[in-house]
Amino acid sequence: MKQSDLLPHLFRTEYSKIIAVLCNHFGIDYIEIAEDIVSDTFLTATELWGMKGIPENPTAWLYTVAKNKTRNYLKRHNLFEKKIINDLKNQPIDTGADIDLSTTAIADSQLAMIFTVCHPSVSKEAQIALALNLLCGFGVQEIADAFLTNRETIYKRLKRAKEKLREEQILITPPSVQMVEERMDAVLTTLYLLFNEGYYSVSGHHPVKEECCMEAMRLCYLLLENTLTATPAANALMALMCFHASRFEARTSPEGENILYEDQDTRLWNKELIEKGLFYLDHSASGNHITKLHLEAGIAYWHTHPEDTREKWEAILQLYNKLLMLEYAPVAALNRTYALAKANGTEEAIIEAEKLQLTDNHFYFVLLGTLYSSKDPAKARDLFLTAQQTAKSENDKLLIQKKLDELKDIR
Amino acid sequence: MKDFLFLFRADYVEYAKRSPEELQSMTKKWMDWIGGIAAQNKLADRGNRLETGGRVIRPGNVVTDGPFCEIKESLGGYIVVRTTTIDEAAEIAKGCPVYIIGGSVEVREISVM
Repeated sequence: MKQSDLLPHLFRTEYSKIIAVLCNHFGIDYIEIAEDIVSDTFLTATELWGMKGIPENPTAWLYTVAKNKTRNYLKRHNLFEKKIINDLKNQPIDTGADIDLSTTAIADSQLAMIFTVCHPSVSKEAQIALALNLLCGFGVQEIADAFLTNRETIYKRLKRAKEKLREEQILITPPSVQMVEERMDAVLTTLYLLFNEGYYSVSGHHPVKEECCMEAMRLCYLLLENTLTATPAANALMALMCFHASRFEARTSPEGENILYEDQDTRLWNKELIEKGLFYLDHSASGNHITKLHLEAGIAYWHTHPEDTREKWEAILQLYNKLLMLEYAPVAALNRTYALAKANGTEEAIIEAEKLQLTDNHFYFVLLGTLYSSKDPAKARDLFLTAQQTAKSENDKLLIQKKLDELKDIR
Repeated sequence: MKDFLFLFRADYVEYAKRSPEELQSMTKKWMDWIGGIAAQNKLADRGNRLETGGRVIRPGNVVTDGPFCEIKESLGGYIVVRTTTIDEAAEIAKGCPVYIIGGSVEVREISVM
């Protein structure tokens, strides 16, 4: 790794770990102090490493400096509180206590933080922003990029969420049976959205995007390491993410353009991740509760089979049927109709597709255009043109242009 | 939007005698039909199937057993569909696979108490 890349990389991997441990140590009242200490640690690193070169073990160096800064802070703070403030009720732990930055302590702290961030008092979108910020070490600008919004919005959202956690006096503790019962769904949804945020939006090899996915997988792995949180649904989520992530290499061209599933070079699919996905899928099959995540993992599993068999599409169709019966989502409705075409034929699928009437969704017109392609190319062309007008992102417009070009080849 | 109860009636005793392949292909038809309603975001409740056996209780604690041999068609299941009008609901009911085995669908608006 180049010297200039090292610090941003360490910032990404270590920032959130130290934050989690410090928050765990101080309690939720001191999130901002923890953030100040860690930011200050990285600032010191930038200054010193630039002058003196990179230390032998940069991570250990960061941990030591963070510990020292914490100790100094506590000393000063203690002195201040003793001399000036009489009310010492909220006094943080004494300076003698050591900050434990061992691998186990980091994992425990981060697991506790996941459950803190997903406290029901915090809104859904704020939960994801908080997770990105406190658990994945993403900065305000990066989160704003991921959400396609501006710094100010995210800054306010994070500030409000942190205030909320403080007001509610949320304790940062290892997940209990009750916490798992109450918050596990929110935890899984947050990780799921975190992954999707990276997987589906915006084009190209955006480093933040892929790291969103990696972070979601890392955090999910923390859940699976703990007996209380290694639920069937958590295993299903991990399987789902592994299957999707197996196509990371194949889905982007060297020029940074998206490559559609059917055009991908399947040799680039990551077999190791597919194997891992299967392992977690097996583990998800216990208990008698089928969740959305189980069904989505099942669909993702079938998509790791490149062969266009009837069996594959029939299985995918039935999984989409069940998924939609659990919960409606436009994207599921569109994908279900595509599977219907593959399993039952285009005639039936066209009739069903026209019932969907998702006319504000450009994928709806892409689907219809695709279904009409061989039957009525002129109509397909009109539909693709409508799709192009409805699409918002340049990348989507480009993909639709490809569909139009392919249509010309047919004629 | 209104909720409509779809009641499926058919000669389920006769139906159960069909070959496993036929039964499986019927299951697929049902799943595809209900999946199609769900894909339009018009499935309010995916309902349940009803077992064939049953009891009917009448005044004076008179209890009789089902299935109800005197009536060929028995209630086999239900779903709830959400549409604007009963005509739209009836249109959806036309796609039900129950007709293949000679059954019927009764569409009733649910009046919320």
